[in-house]
Amino acid sequence: MVIENLPLGKAINLGLRQALLNDPKVLLMGEDIGTLGGVFRVTEGLKAEFGANRVLDTPLAESGIVGSAIGLAMRGYRPVIEIQFNGFVYPAFDQITSQLAKLTNRHEGAMQFPVVIRIPYGGHIGAVEHHQESNEAYFLHTAGLRVVSPSNPHDAYWMIQEAVQSNDPVIFFEPMSRYWPKADVDTSASGFPLHATRVVRQGTDATLVGHGAMVSVLLQAADVAAQEGMSLEVIDLRSLSPIDYAPVLESVRKTGRCVIAQEAPGNVSLASEVAATITEKCFYSLEAPVLRVTGFDTPFPPAKLEAIYLPDSDRVLDAVDRVLSY
Amino acid sequence: MADETLDPMVQFLTPEGNFAPSESAEAFLPYFQRLTEADHRKFYRDMVVIRRFDTEATNLQRQGQLALWVPSHGQEGAQVGSAHAAKPQDHIFPAYREHAVGMIRGIDVLEIIRVLRGLTHGGWDPTNPAHKNFHIYTLVIGSQALHATGYGMGINFDGATNTGNLDTDQAVMVYFGDGATSQGDVSEAFVFAASYQTPQVFFIQNNHWAISVPVSVQARVPLYKRGEGFGIPGVQVDGNDVFASYAVTAKQLDDARSGKGPSLIEAHTYRIGAHTSSDDPTKYRTDAELDSWIARDPIARMEAFLRNSGAPQSFFDGVHEEAADFASDIRRRTVTLENPEPASMFTNVYTDPHPVVEEQAAWLAAYEASFDEQGGGH
Repeated sequence: MVIENLPLGKAINLGLRQALLNDPKVLLMGEDIGTLGGVFRVTEGLKAEFGANRVLDTPLAESGIVGSAIGLAMRGYRPVIEIQFNGFVYPAFDQITSQLAKLTNRHEGAMQFPVVIRIPYGGHIGAVEHHQESNEAYFLHTAGLRVVSPSNPHDAYWMIQEAVQSNDPVIFFEPMSRYWPKADVDTSASGFPLHATRVVRQGTDATLVGHGAMVSVLLQAADVAAQEGMSLEVIDLRSLSPIDYAPVLESVRKTGRCVIAQEAPGNVSLASEVAATITEKCFYSLEAPVLRVTGFDTPFPPAKLEAIYLPDSDRVLDAVDRVLSY
Repeated sequence: MADETLDPMVQFLTPEGNFAPSESAEAFLPYFQRLTEADHRKFYRDMVVIRRFDTEATNLQRQGQLALWVPSHGQEGAQVGSAHAAKPQDHIFPAYREHAVGMIRGIDVLEIIRVLRGLTHGGWDPTNPAHKNFHIYTLVIGSQALHATGYGMGINFDGATNTGNLDTDQAVMVYFGDGATSQGDVSEAFVFAASYQTPQVFFIQNNHWAISVPVSVQARVPLYKRGEGFGIPGVQVDGNDVFASYAVTAKQLDDARSGKGPSLIEAHTYRIGAHTSSDDPTKYRTDAELDSWIARDPIARMEAFLRNSGAPQSFFDGVHEEAADFASDIRRRTVTLENPEPASMFTNVYTDPHPVVEEQAAWLAAYEASFDEQGGGH
């Protein structure tokens, strides 16, 4: 076991470095990712180490980045793209959803498209519009894509490497607010496959489900609840498409109650899908309706309102109180 | 507008089929001169065969055998000339009307029929060596321009071009129409191609109509100039002159594989047929305009040239017989094509195993089987 104490952003940096070392076909592409090392410095030092033909400071055009990465994948490369901020991915929407996601199917399996698209997402960083969205639902709805999001540095280090090794396109959502806090990373073994759900805290009274930055909020809520004598189980989905449902269903069958939390708006969202599936598969185990705690169905507000928009541990505990009151 | 844009156009054959190279054709003359009489006849043959195929496919659509057809009638000169100009090692990214290019690169054009009959979204395998790197059609306008450019970046990274060997150095050619030049992806492809100096030719078939919208709405300057601001030089060619299309494309591709970076070709041509079998061009264009382009038909022009060069009637009879046989064969094989298996929906959605797809495939199989158990189909 080799333990390093790292922030999540640095863990991804080391994971990308390992991917570049392991396979000469791996390329990094994006805006400002080379000389500058990315606006969050996630790719810092990699252009200097691997050269401008492996770490590309591309023109400022998201569709161009994804579309040319598709051509590079056809040539046998494995591009890893950085979209600078969540709200800047939309110019590439056709290339991601109509091209990248469907090209293996369109080719009847004759070509693979192992492209990773890294998207920093989520709130709590006080930024201007288009910089704090949680827009994973657009990609969860598209067949042909895999979508994952690490919540902690250990997972980030391993999941980025596993995403690069995937033969399918992977959208890799990085929780911006978690870029800086440090935690232990075991660089000798992953422990969980890319698409595995992980129970991060055991409990018996209710199940809390989340992903990305929300996992920290859920753990905080579980700590507070424990002081009040409630035992909450916390589940980190890690993989948003496909979802590894077995641990979630097992937990809900045990607790009989479930709250799903996310920063994204609730309408037609990941939380909606998980809630529907739990209801369908665990109906006779449920003691209460599955509740969703989400961002509001409004545009992400100006930064001074984000603390109200984003679900915090109080709003999670409010929902826990409601499921426990049935 | 037409007169203004015709000025620098590269042309070897007049619309009457006389060999009279334009001044602008001089730089491309050596590429014309290397063609043999057999090549001339092959170009003619390919144009006639693909037009007969196109007519047959249109008929098949009208008879309910195809969901849709996308006619290439009128654009054979641009397509056959440029396709023969490409070398086997080149990669070709078509839009969705380049039937002649596909045939010349070695695909069985029945694969195009399969797409438009509703049997597959792709059709052929570009990685099959028999298909000489002819990539599948792209229906979203202009999206393939970026794929071609990315492919060209990969050729550069691999050092597979500009080694000095024109017989092995690779280049990329991407086809799109006048309408596609308005798409952001095409402009972004110009930016990436220029920045990374891809070994690439952008081949615009200006057929003058993007469904019902004339090219004057897409561009207020001739399209061959569209690349200039991006650092991509352009050449305008008479696309209904198969020799001009051949010579210009061959030189531009050789320049591309020689480290001179990307260039653009605007082939002036005309879509004689409808945009697709669902379109009615009489609603937006005049008979006079159509007639003026029929008078510049690429096949009639080449036939006049060949007759003036002494090709006997038996040659023409032979070509038409071959074309008729080709079309009959397509008809025969089209009507016997079988529908895909339902389970094929679930294959190749992902390459690696995927639980959701597997679960739904199993569910559908069990659901379908349940009707059999109940005695009889549904």
